[in-house]
Amino acid sequence: MITVNGISKSFLVAKRPSGLRHAMKSLFHREYTVVEALHNISFSIAPGEIVGYIGPNGAGKSTTIKIMSGILVPDRGTCTIHGYTPWLDRVRYVKNIGVVFGQRTQLWWDVPVMDSFDLLRDIYDIPPKEYKDTLALLIEALDLGGIIHTPVRQLSLGQRMRCEIAASLLHSPSILFLDEPTIGLDAVSKIAVRHFIKTINKEKQVTVILTTHDMNDIEALADRILLIGKGTLLYDGSVQGLRSRFGTRRTITADYRENASPIVIPGASLLSWTPDRAILSVDTDQIRMSDALNQLSSQVELLDVAIDTQPIEDIIVQMYKEYQL
Amino acid sequence: MRKAYLSVFRLRLSNGLQYRAAALAGIGTQFFFGFMFIMIFEAFYAHASQEPSMTLQQVITYTWLKQAFLVLIVLWLRDNELFQLITSGNIAYELCRPSDLYGLWYAKLLAQRLSGALLRCFPILIVVFFLPAPYGLQLPPDFVSFLLFLAVLIAGLFMIIALSMLIYISVFVTMSPAGSLLLFSVFGEFLAGLVIPVPLMPGWMQQIVYLLPFHWTADFPFRVFTGNLGKTEAVTGLAIQAVWLAALIALGKFAMNKALKRVVVQGG
Repeated sequence: MITVNGISKSFLVAKRPSGLRHAMKSLFHREYTVVEALHNISFSIAPGEIVGYIGPNGAGKSTTIKIMSGILVPDRGTCTIHGYTPWLDRVRYVKNIGVVFGQRTQLWWDVPVMDSFDLLRDIYDIPPKEYKDTLALLIEALDLGGIIHTPVRQLSLGQRMRCEIAASLLHSPSILFLDEPTIGLDAVSKIAVRHFIKTINKEKQVTVILTTHDMNDIEALADRILLIGKGTLLYDGSVQGLRSRFGTRRTITADYRENASPIVIPGASLLSWTPDRAILSVDTDQIRMSDALNQLSSQVELLDVAIDTQPIEDIIVQMYKEYQL
Repeated sequence: MRKAYLSVFRLRLSNGLQYRAAALAGIGTQFFFGFMFIMIFEAFYAHASQEPSMTLQQVITYTWLKQAFLVLIVLWLRDNELFQLITSGNIAYELCRPSDLYGLWYAKLLAQRLSGALLRCFPILIVVFFLPAPYGLQLPPDFVSFLLFLAVLIAGLFMIIALSMLIYISVFVTMSPAGSLLLFSVFGEFLAGLVIPVPLMPGWMQQIVYLLPFHWTADFPFRVFTGNLGKTEAVTGLAIQAVWLAALIALGKFAMNKALKRVVVQGG
């Protein structure tokens, strides 16, 4: 059980205009601005949930993850995870969590992956039998068999990321924080990583909190999303809820026999039109999909129709606009 | 906990032993500087107006020990990985481990120095042992002195790592290792007796040097080896080293805890 209550955190950022004159000036006098990274954030997460934590760059996602993993100390607010306050009981608490920072590495650069794993075994003091079993499971699930004895510097990004994820799970944590785990990965590796996250969540009831900019990650994984912008929590709910709240639009792509007059359907707007193809945006709040299709087929001789729901990416962009992020 | 330190130590040691070319180049440099120092001291001794408190033979042995164990005793030896960890923000990972960061880093630094020293000290010691007089290494007066030398050298090594930890901790605040490194290495090197042995310094300067911890890491062990310091002085010294070590570690841990409370993990 994770409970975050009223967390705020601000950073001091040294500021100076560019140029030599200001550089000289700042030798004697420095100006700082306070940047409020998080403002009064509260939420709670039940065991076994997968929660997607999204927001634009600089919204405070990573800061929240760092506070929840005991690395940063917030200015105000409380956070209780498994009965611990992360930054106060850091050493005892972190045994329960695994963390992957997509942009950083925890593996030793010059030695084979296995050596880093063995080191983690000793750091977490994992019993040999348990270590052997977990390792075998991870090697199989993440397909690490061929790369485990290769020095980290010679691995591709996708291979390394799979090893990073394995490294974070060696001690069988009950909570896994993933900070942009799919950053820079190709489609195949992304799917492998997603599949694996889903599997450990189902089979081992690991609670997963992940931040990402890839909405496909969210759609494939998260039951629930938290949207954060400029340090405040803007939305907390299901992906479907987000869709029904913002994503009432559907796109109809219609191919038809040549027709000179443009299509007119009330409640739908024409996104593009040529004599033999039209793309319409339909607001299902204003017109039922069946009515729109009826009207369309009465106006032109349809050859092919495709209906697309609004991609979640567009919904997010729309939300960012709405909240002026 | 102990297991984790040992594991880091082992991994860093085996990693460090890979750098054979660096060791070879280091050995070459250390011979060059060794001969240079010895010739300078020779010239000084030839024109000394009064008898110095260390014999030339002792100074030569002192110099060779300094060259052989350089990696164990200089403050400027640094682990760039640790600096990068702090300045780039990769320290995030180290902070979510269930272990005490001070201990892990201490083990890492200890292994780095030992692996470097293991590769370098034996070739140098063997060669300088066979050099003709007066340029060769003179063995300690007896076997007990030699054992005492080993003990105080190791205690000095523990001290130097506790001292260098302070440099790493200071980077949490300054975000750049350049300043602390320069300050510590220039003053530390001189105060440890690595430029000139402490007994050859003017009296007033010796008084300052003896108040500070640095001379216990290099000057003291080497003078035990050469017989310039007797066995009783060696044993008392060992006790003082232990007190200094405890104080430095306590200071380091205190400073580190303080730094970690206000740590800002750099970058996204």
